[in-house]
Amino acid sequence: MKRYLPFIIVALVGLITAGAGTMLYRSRRVPSALVEMPAAELTPNKWLHLRGKADAPVTLEEYGDFQCPPCGTLSEPLNKLEEDYRGRLRLIFRHLPLKNHQHARAAALAAEAAAMQGKFWEMHDILYREQQVWSKAPEVSPLFNSYAGVIGLDVEKFKKDAAGAEAAVRVDADMRRAETLKISTTPTIFINKQLVPPSSLNPQALRSEIDAALQKRATQ
Amino acid sequence: MANNNQTTARSGSRFDLILHILAAVVALLGLADATYLAVQFLTGEAAVCGGSADCSKVLGSSYARIGPVPIAAFGVLAYFAAFTCAVFAAFDYARMRQFFAIVVWTMFAVTLWLLFVQAVLLHAFCRYCLLSAALVFVLAAVVVLRPPAR
Repeated sequence: MKRYLPFIIVALVGLITAGAGTMLYRSRRVPSALVEMPAAELTPNKWLHLRGKADAPVTLEEYGDFQCPPCGTLSEPLNKLEEDYRGRLRLIFRHLPLKNHQHARAAALAAEAAAMQGKFWEMHDILYREQQVWSKAPEVSPLFNSYAGVIGLDVEKFKKDAAGAEAAVRVDADMRRAETLKISTTPTIFINKQLVPPSSLNPQALRSEIDAALQKRATQ
Repeated sequence: MANNNQTTARSGSRFDLILHILAAVVALLGLADATYLAVQFLTGEAAVCGGSADCSKVLGSSYARIGPVPIAAFGVLAYFAAFTCAVFAAFDYARMRQFFAIVVWTMFAVTLWLLFVQAVLLHAFCRYCLLSAALVFVLAAVVVLRPPAR
């Protein structure tokens, strides 16, 4: 029996590791497609942060966290994609500030406060561009206020809105939506309601996904 | 004299056994750590690791993968190999001590590279990677304490 014991131990550990890894993977995997939602939810309104032509055939919907480095890395390429596919692609941003990112919620609230003055995307871009700076700052409000000034916001109104209830309600609504869809990671991207696999979260692969979505639309 | 030699041999054997059981336990911890990181990568959860932005910076970097394969997946294989060798070595499969040393020194070299990447190239540390580095150092210590017989 002792002769076979090491084989049994190794085989058991191998099986347990494979089983535990598979279970963990299944429990954390994002659903492969978005739950069908009323069309109104993707229709431009003051709550929806949309960049690009409103009736573009391809919608790229991102769940992002302003303090998440991969989201920051992807931000500029996404803007470039919107430019390259002008008229055919629209971007939608949804908040998913992760609890473990200290300033992520404050950044989301700042973006919403900017949105109330019609400058969500300007704040979105500057937050990602300056991510390295404010992420490590002990106090982010002075930095966010200065960004508000840079993009031409009424800073006093911005401060009031960022601390107000409406910004929080908007951020919470996106977070609830993410929770409903079992999304817990950032960036999570859907193209025409189809989940983009994590391995495709790079400019080149996203371009291929968009091309495929355009082709699919053309044949429908 | 003969008794003394027997005592030394027996205590050496016990020491070997303890070291290899320790190595097996450490490799198991490393296996769990690497499996967790690999799954995080595959589910796209690099950003939520460890509760720090530094962690996601490391795991989201290009150094965290070779092509589409996460480095952590190689870690899973390496820790499993180390665990296998340690278990067999504990059961007196003498040749496995040599394999164990080869696996551990390879892991040690890769660990040094990854520590360099974190400290110098990324200026950020991932706590799961640091845990893995610490575990590899313990495994290396086991090899140093009981080098494979020639």
